[in-house]
Amino acid sequence: MTTKQYVCIVCPMSCSIELTDDSGVLTVKGNTCKRGEEYAKNEYTDPKRMITTTVGLRGSRLRCLPVISRKAVPKKLLRDCMKQLYATVVDAPVRQGDVIVANILGTGVDIIAARSITL
Amino acid sequence: MNTLSYDIAVIGGGPAGLAAAVKARELGMDRILLVERDYELGGILQQCIHDGFGLLRFKKQLSGCQYAQKFIDLVAEGGIDVLCDTMVLELTDDRRIYAVSAQEGLLEIRAQAVILAMGCRERTRSQVSIMGSRPAGVLTAGSVQRYINMEGYLPGKKAVILGSGDIGLIMARRMTLEGIEVEGVYEVMSSLGGLRRNKVQCLDDYGISLHLSTTVTKIHGNKRVEAVTVALVGSDGKPVRETERVIPCDLLVLSVGLIPENELSRKAGVQLHPVTRGPVVDDTMMTSIPGVFAAGNVVAVFDLVDYVSRSGEIAAQGAVDFIRRQSARGNMVDTVAGSNVGFVLPQRVNADCGGKEINLYLRVRKPMKDVRAEIVCNGKILKSTRYGVANPPEMIALRFVPDGPLDGPLTVDVR
Repeated sequence: MTTKQYVCIVCPMSCSIELTDDSGVLTVKGNTCKRGEEYAKNEYTDPKRMITTTVGLRGSRLRCLPVISRKAVPKKLLRDCMKQLYATVVDAPVRQGDVIVANILGTGVDIIAARSITL
Repeated sequence: MNTLSYDIAVIGGGPAGLAAAVKARELGMDRILLVERDYELGGILQQCIHDGFGLLRFKKQLSGCQYAQKFIDLVAEGGIDVLCDTMVLELTDDRRIYAVSAQEGLLEIRAQAVILAMGCRERTRSQVSIMGSRPAGVLTAGSVQRYINMEGYLPGKKAVILGSGDIGLIMARRMTLEGIEVEGVYEVMSSLGGLRRNKVQCLDDYGISLHLSTTVTKIHGNKRVEAVTVALVGSDGKPVRETERVIPCDLLVLSVGLIPENELSRKAGVQLHPVTRGPVVDDTMMTSIPGVFAAGNVVAVFDLVDYVSRSGEIAAQGAVDFIRRQSARGNMVDTVAGSNVGFVLPQRVNADCGGKEINLYLRVRKPMKDVRAEIVCNGKILKSTRYGVANPPEMIALRFVPDGPLDGPLTVDVR
């Protein structure tokens, strides 16, 4: 039996969660909502994180366009995703929600523009 | 000088100002003006590219920019007048605003109601009194954030962060991802300054060390930061000489707190609160000057943007009611920060608020477990809410609807 302690990062409550693995049966306690249970189980089996960074931007007074992943991606792929995004440059104008990189590294997750840039 | 006339003038186009303007429009106000000193709306949200915004309001993890975009789009759809690149120089106690912009020159804006939404400013090196020379490379976390996320500059190669507030933690991760080596985060207090979730996802994920009860005692270098000296602090809060060590670095990032930006309010004669350092407000967010309202971080530093937007909407409702004279301000009762409570917002509520929802925001003084937050009026408990943990960095929001008039001050205790 394995026991793990987690601090939930889903919302600002930052619940302290305890996960117990009893030969494959995962029990979660300390969470105050369903998302916390899901987070702890994910964290134990395949931790995921959102990607938020910037890509290069041409044709605007700003030099960077903030981007965000539609969903969390496996934590172990985070650095490789970032590497690909560093090499990405887009042209203004951009609408919030525009797909900047589709299906990044085959994760099935799109990277989208986090804001509109008109100038 | 050009003179403009509006129903409601909002000073500041960040989350509080945006929400206030949008809400005022929703409530049927025609002539609304939003004044912003930056060249675009959104305020600090535009440099907050990380996610975690809007969970309460939109039930989604948005980035700061995405959260701002929703309101910016609503401002545009509502046809609300916006003056960007415009700096407000003065507000008078009869609601005249003097502002200046390169395009318009000097402007006088008259409004029936004014909403202050200037936000807050970061504390700087001079406010934490660090000894040493004054080289380049000492920056606030927010400046580093703007350089990296909007301007596209990396302001150093190896950083030490002083202060474990949320912006400092967020920037520890951001700098690491951008290839700046983060040596560690140093916090003078004995507990974390920011939210615990941010320690997990920003420090622990990247193996960045957190040093509690430790501070920077000296900055070395003449033209550029070359190193900093850190030391443990004793129980008296003073650095312990024998524990000093020198850390080579070229960037010192300060995340040492925020101060509401109230130069305009002070000059206008708005009464300020010694603890929050923002205007004293009532349950409609009206300040001590009739018709002048305040919302968001100019009132007190909130930790969630959802609360900031909410306060903007309350201020907008208050301003609209003030203009339409719907709310004769009756008897007011004070709110009192009771046991273990640092402050309560708002500082006054209408005593005849039976049936109307009241939103109270408070911070506890010290970390506690298994507590109850109780709102007490004249010995009677009006609301009691249980919390597993209560931490000073995590603001407590209480909503309640009194069933009748309040016959005395509202005291909030946490124990």
